[in-house]
Amino acid sequence: MSVDEPDVIMCPDGPMLLRGHHRVADESGEVFETERPFSAVCRCGKSATRPWCDGSHKLLRRTKTT
Amino acid sequence: MLPAARGRLSEELFAALAANDAVSERSIPRPDSPDDEQIALWALYELHYRGFDEVDADREWDPDLLRLRRDLERSFEERLRTWVSIPEAAGPVSEVIEKLIAVDDAPSIARFVQRRATGDQVRTVLQHRSIYHLKESDPVSWIVPRLEAGPKAALAGLQFDEYGSGQPSRLHHRLFADGLRAAELDDTYGRYIDEAPVEILELNNAMSLFGLHRRWRGAGLGHLAVFEATSSLPSRQMAQGLRRLGFPEPVAHYYDEHVEADAVHEQLALRLICDVLVEEEPDQRDSVLFGAATCLELEARYARKILRQWDAA
Ligand code: FES
Repeated sequence: MSVDEPDVIMCPDGPMLLRGHHRVADESGEVFETERPFSAVCRCGKSATRPWCDGSHKLLRRTKTT
Repeated sequence: MLPAARGRLSEELFAALAANDAVSERSIPRPDSPDDEQIALWALYELHYRGFDEVDADREWDPDLLRLRRDLERSFEERLRTWVSIPEAAGPVSEVIEKLIAVDDAPSIARFVQRRATGDQVRTVLQHRSIYHLKESDPVSWIVPRLEAGPKAALAGLQFDEYGSGQPSRLHHRLFADGLRAAELDDTYGRYIDEAPVEILELNNAMSLFGLHRRWRGAGLGHLAVFEATSSLPSRQMAQGLRRLGFPEPVAHYYDEHVEADAVHEQLALRLICDVLVEEEPDQRDSVLFGAATCLELEARYARKILRQWDAA
């Protein structure tokens, strides 16, 4: 794998994008397995489907909400 | 089944298709309205997807039909160019697209469904949306072979997810079909085309236009980025509205799936597809932004039309 091909990508004001299969532990230690080719892990703490991002971070930015 | 004609051109064209007659410039009149143009274009595009029982499959590459399609596409493109302008902002296209979305002030059908729509109004929206959702992601698949490794691998990953990651029961157009049936609507492909207003035809035809022409690959991807980036939050509102009205779970489930899937696809499309494409092929920048702006404009037109009809704008 090359260095310009990261498997973890931080999205500006958004989630952490993961490429491939990962096991993600949330704050309480519960472990979730990725099910998609790419997954987005919530970094803002507002998602209703944590640990995954559900787009709620956009409400924080007060941009278009609908 | 071929759709109902909406004017002189579509009438002549559909009759010729059904009878397997040749079409020539002389036998086919000019469209007499945008409805007439768009339904004819939609039917010609469908020859490349699932076709029609009564139309010979060989007509897909009939040069006279392709010529007619090109004429209709040109007038559609001209119209799109008068509606949509390419933003001139600098910086990565992902940022420009996010700004476009942020300043878009179109009314929201999803918010209306969430709070106030009636069951009948929601059924109408599901029928209109079925034209696309029953072939969800298919127009974008045409773009895959036209890309370099970076955007191609990311797009293939996005499409694999759209197509259920190898599981037919998770494939998005299958989820929508399950939802339609649960809502006691017909899940036959193209069943509600005659109910679709011209704005829905334009939305669908723009995706096929961008998908089927290599020169429009950037636009197809810009369109995809906006489509995905304006999906998560509205999908949640749709799911809430459907549950408020007591629609069966499979309909709401389709939208639940899109909350999470499209939160991922948005980042993929913006950062690993559009940004990388434009980095590698800078001449695609305007095309990407044109596609992005087109998606917003055509969605806004549909939303304004339908909400005005319901007196809800
Ligand atoms: S980062 Fe997207 S919802 Fe938290």
